[in-house]
Amino acid sequence: MEVNQVLDAKGLSCPMPIVRTKKAMDTMESGQIIEVQATDKGALADLTAWSAAAGHTLLEHKEEADVLTFYIKKA
Amino acid sequence: MAFVKMTAAQVARKVIENQPLFILDVRNTDAYEDWRIEGHNFDYLNIPYFDLLDGVEEILPKLPAEKDILVVCAKEGSSLMVAEMISDAGRDVYYLEGGMKSWSSYLEPIKVGDLTGGGELYQFVRLGKGCLSYMVISEGEAAIIDAVRFTDVFTNFAKEKNVEIKHVFDTHLHADHISGGRHIAEATGATYYLPAKDAEEVIFDYTPLEDGLTVKIGASQIEVGALYSPGHTIGSTSFIVDGKYLLTGDILFIDSIGRPDLAGLAEDWVGDLRDTLYRRYRELAEDLIVLPAHFMIIEELNEDGTVAKRLGDLFAENHGLNIESEDEFRHTVTDNLPPQPNAYEQIRQVNMGKISPGNDEQTEMEIGPNRCAVR
Repeated sequence: MEVNQVLDAKGLSCPMPIVRTKKAMDTMESGQIIEVQATDKGALADLTAWSAAAGHTLLEHKEEADVLTFYIKKA
Repeated sequence: MAFVKMTAAQVARKVIENQPLFILDVRNTDAYEDWRIEGHNFDYLNIPYFDLLDGVEEILPKLPAEKDILVVCAKEGSSLMVAEMISDAGRDVYYLEGGMKSWSSYLEPIKVGDLTGGGELYQFVRLGKGCLSYMVISEGEAAIIDAVRFTDVFTNFAKEKNVEIKHVFDTHLHADHISGGRHIAEATGATYYLPAKDAEEVIFDYTPLEDGLTVKIGASQIEVGALYSPGHTIGSTSFIVDGKYLLTGDILFIDSIGRPDLAGLAEDWVGDLRDTLYRRYRELAEDLIVLPAHFMIIEELNEDGTVAKRLGDLFAENHGLNIESEDEFRHTVTDNLPPQPNAYEQIRQVNMGKISPGNDEQTEMEIGPNRCAVR
């Protein structure tokens, strides 16, 4: 997977992971992929729901050592 | 315009006093549908905060001008952001300090009634989670039943009332919330009682709570008597306080009855539940006031905020006490059960002393409604 941008949202609590992700994606082009790293547990449900609502595709997510990593493709 | 914090205690007053409140819940729709702040006179709008990042103009017309508006989220951060946006758009608005986490933790002590010789009985209503704890006070002494984990609330209350906590009981091994009983007993030197049949795996010392045990509180000797009443768990025990009140634990609620499955043994315990509700309780005086360990819906609260009802009235009105056929009863309490409480297996482990998670982890485990009942 070719990642176009990496966003480090570790240590940030809700709502900042999504606020930063949205801001970063506003500068990206359709079809590009962003990798988001977060430690806020709420990010899983929220990023999943937000991606779906905004039309973006959550390609995959994983959890390693308390860090949640998301790969989202811009609509 | 201003955005101002509202505390869980202030929200609790609005629930108990039947005041109106408009709640803008900005959590995920799933989280909102699973569990929210319930009030007799509350109105709701659920829009996730991430749908409001571009602005709140679209929802402004939906916010009533004549009511207080409270923005609610899981922990506080998102509600603060949305409240600030609404305030910038020219409206007065509140946000919930500490979010749903703080709502889940808040306890409101309410006096249930007076006891013989100047004693008092208090119910501690945990509105966000539907847990009910009790303190019996009489002439300088106190007993606590089914304390939740916020032990300071109980020890501080006892200090305010100038009473010494002598006895701490759990009616059963809880599966929906973490008990504070053992820790209160450790901190105060009180005796901690737990039904032995629920305590086979616990790794701490306790005094067995046996059928027929009575303790006297204070010089005027208010009696707290144990009545074995299995069914929610095999050890579940009720209490009769001062000959007036029946503390039913998780066996009988106001508008529902206990579920027998949270320790994984529904089929084994359904007969015990039937026997307790249809035989043991029937032998008691109908004028006893039932005080359960939970409520499930806001309609179960009385006008003064307490959760209490005459046993005779429950025999007449509670659906779970009016299922004639044993087969139908068995079917009702073993099939089509509601989802189990969040993290209930872990919570049981904590209450057995097998694991000791930190405070944040305990908060996470207890998120959501209690779900101990079958309606």
